[in-house]
Amino acid sequence: MHFLRRLIGRENPSAQTEIQDGSGSSSERPRMDVGWVTDAGKVRDHNEDAALVITAAHDARQAHPPFGLLVLADGMGGHRAGEVASSLAARVAAHHITRRSYLPSLLGPEQDARRPALTEVLIDAVQAANQTVSEEVPGSGTTLICALVLETQAYIAHVGDSRAYVITEDGMKQITHDHSIVDRLVDTGQLTPEEAAEHPQKNVLYRAIGQGGALDVDTHVHKVGAGDYLLLCSDGLWGLVSETTMVDLIREAPSLQEACRQLVTAANDAGGSDNITAILWRSPLG
Amino acid sequence: MTPTDPLETHKIEDIRSSSVGADAREPTALGSSEGSKVERPVEQPSRIDGRLPPGFLLQDRYRILSVLAIGGMSAVYKGQDLRFSKVKRVCAIKEMTSSATDPDVRQMILRNFERETNILATLNHPGIVQVYDCFTEGDRSYLVLEYVPGKDLEAMLEQTRGFLSEEKVVSWAIQICEVLSYLHSQEPRPIVFRDIKPSNVMLDDFGRVKLIDFGIAKMFQSGKRGTMIGTEGYSPPEQYRGMADPRVDIYALGATIHHLVSKRDPRLEPPFSFHQRPIHETNPSVSRELLEVVQRALEYEANDRYGSADEMKRALTSLRSARGGMGTDAFGAPAVVRGEITPQWRFALEDEIRSSPAVHGGTVYVGAYDHNLYALTADTGEFLWKYATDGGIASSPCVYEGMVFVGSTDKVLYAVDASDGRIRWTCPTGGKVWSSPQAAFHHVFFGSDDRHLYAVNVESGRVAWRFEADGQVRSSPHLGDEAIYVGCEAGVVYAVDTGGEIRWRFRARRAVTSSPAVTDEMVYIGAQDRYVYGLDVRSGWLAWRYRTDGPVISSPAVGKGIVFVGSADSHLYGLDAETGRLVWRYGTDGQVTSSPALSGGRVYFGSVDGGVYCVEAETGNLLWRYQTDGPVTSSPAATEERVYVGSCDRYLYALPG
Repeated sequence: MHFLRRLIGRENPSAQTEIQDGSGSSSERPRMDVGWVTDAGKVRDHNEDAALVITAAHDARQAHPPFGLLVLADGMGGHRAGEVASSLAARVAAHHITRRSYLPSLLGPEQDARRPALTEVLIDAVQAANQTVSEEVPGSGTTLICALVLETQAYIAHVGDSRAYVITEDGMKQITHDHSIVDRLVDTGQLTPEEAAEHPQKNVLYRAIGQGGALDVDTHVHKVGAGDYLLLCSDGLWGLVSETTMVDLIREAPSLQEACRQLVTAANDAGGSDNITAILWRSPLG
Repeated sequence: MTPTDPLETHKIEDIRSSSVGADAREPTALGSSEGSKVERPVEQPSRIDGRLPPGFLLQDRYRILSVLAIGGMSAVYKGQDLRFSKVKRVCAIKEMTSSATDPDVRQMILRNFERETNILATLNHPGIVQVYDCFTEGDRSYLVLEYVPGKDLEAMLEQTRGFLSEEKVVSWAIQICEVLSYLHSQEPRPIVFRDIKPSNVMLDDFGRVKLIDFGIAKMFQSGKRGTMIGTEGYSPPEQYRGMADPRVDIYALGATIHHLVSKRDPRLEPPFSFHQRPIHETNPSVSRELLEVVQRALEYEANDRYGSADEMKRALTSLRSARGGMGTDAFGAPAVVRGEITPQWRFALEDEIRSSPAVHGGTVYVGAYDHNLYALTADTGEFLWKYATDGGIASSPCVYEGMVFVGSTDKVLYAVDASDGRIRWTCPTGGKVWSSPQAAFHHVFFGSDDRHLYAVNVESGRVAWRFEADGQVRSSPHLGDEAIYVGCEAGVVYAVDTGGEIRWRFRARRAVTSSPAVTDEMVYIGAQDRYVYGLDVRSGWLAWRYRTDGPVISSPAVGKGIVFVGSADSHLYGLDAETGRLVWRYGTDGQVTSSPALSGGRVYFGSVDGGVYCVEAETGNLLWRYQTDGPVTSSPAATEERVYVGSCDRYLYALPG
């Protein structure tokens, strides 16, 4: 029923009715449901991926909307520098994002133009991670993807080739563009996607955290409709498991956490040549 | 006080490892006179933010004068070589810091550095800065170079308004080819520059080209293991695979020319996308011949490019622009001809038209400052009827269920029969009505200067409810699927939901006079604080904002993933709907307070300069412009056939769509 009918139904024919702030409704607020797994895979001897997940729920008058922050970083660099870089990048970004978006929202439900915009917060967070990693772990690098989820909308910022996908009943759609040389060569018609998958330099990135200097951060805003999924994953997953397999596993698994476990298993079954990380969020139903 | 003996000879190697005799030091040289240390003397001024301060002494010989440039892993200083005590011998000192932590890697980098600089020290060409010295002190390495007073091409580009002349660019390119030729023909192996880009090309005071920075800095990045590389934007695909033959320099020179003539920095674009950004899109005056040279230099496959710098130089030299003639325009055709537009009709009212017309069922309805609401036939502009209110009409009419609703500055909302203009009912409020009404579900919604948003029954004219805002409500409410969105003059935007509750509020810094545009994902509004805001539709959180240079009174329109909105800074903006980044903007000669209308892939809007504009939605390219005799502050109404718009010259125009 269109909401206006309900609104109009309150009409009092004999007097003007003032609408003021009323008391909150008692219906249950949607839950933030997230699953995640990170695994070293079968070939590498340690895990240089980092996953960081923050969810916040609030049921009250003037409550903030259900809030989620999903961060994934895939590190590289010799002598374990990669795992230091990915963890550091994830933490710096999460710190920046919560401090500039979530924490202020707790103190005042009214949104204010003086606060930074979400896209700005995300870009600044990724750039802060770049700055910190290049200063503290020189010689290392990492990808970084951050998804800030507000109820049914995902705000995504990323650098590198870790990906964000949205899964709807129509299938799986990759939202982010890889910052890899082969992706550019495919984009410009120099390689086919099949050739890219076999290319010896398929992992070479032209943009990554830790390269220092100014960094161009990609941002996306994507609605994730009721019952649809948002998946963040590193190339240890998407490079080994087909999209059809991923979609089937996600849809058929009994829980988001179980879906992530199965995705990792599928990647390991396909060789597990790299570290594997999957973070899966589902938009509340109804 | 013994001055340095200028006839003392010290070989370069000695400087690095041994001391200069105590007597040979200048009186201002501070610190210890002990043996063979090359550590910094104790009383040296300390680094500022990691950079050497003026007065700092390197190798007891080079005194830092100032900082010339700072990069990520390197810095360039202006220095004085104190060896030449009788004159001021100035040099450039490049300091490089290795980022590698692995000691083996650092050793390797150092060895490479020394080998490369030794080769460079043997080069002699007017287009290359001379290398005078190199050494390592502490954990940093240094190159002492010829100091070139002048500007680099990147600075030149930034400081030049408009485009650089093609002749100049071609002459620089020819000089660069000559240097490359020299480098590539070195024995036993060609020297590949690897880092041709505008900031590495200096122009001395005579306008002669000098290449600086032989990609030495690159070696300091090679300590990174793994798969990460930074982008330079000027490098060809094979360079990322670690291959560096002379044709890498050809590509980079092509990229440099592309940047210099188009003013588009390739580092800000995805790599290898030159072919997607043809030069003539930004600079149509470049000659076709130069475009072809650049295109060949930028071929992906190295074998398709010029085989040598000599070959490319020959191609450049044969350009007319090289010989001092101007090339023809790239396509020999004149610039885009703007179509001639004539109105299909126009209708004179008795006073200014500041509000937008509404079109429905073959009739155009419009209000004017002459207090009247007019109805005209849409195809011919014939007068049908008019209704007189008691105040100027600045709000746009809304047609619904056979009635026309319009607000007036006499504080009343009028409901008039659409076919004959007879009054059905009126709804008085406590303040002027500037806001344009919206109708749905048998109710009409509008705002008043009495600070309320009203919901009025369409049949009876009775107020069903009203909502109190923090300021006058001049914006028109938007009726969305889940809430009503409206702004007020106190700068607050409200989302009012099903229970009549405020779902969220967003406060801008100044008044929100414009009306929101709403999609599934976002609410877009403009405010008089100059910003356009994109708000998350469910929560009201600020997703993005874009700052224009003037108050935004125009209401946004959204379509094709772009938000179109005007600003008092005289531009119409096209912003990416997801991220708020600028896609394009179109400049007029007056404020754009009119709200754009989107129809058929085109955007129509007016300006205070009197023009009515039609631009392509995706590109912002002008399709036509029609000049009226007064400011156009109202928004056009567009249908498939026509665009209707009023002007302060008192006419309502019907222009072909």
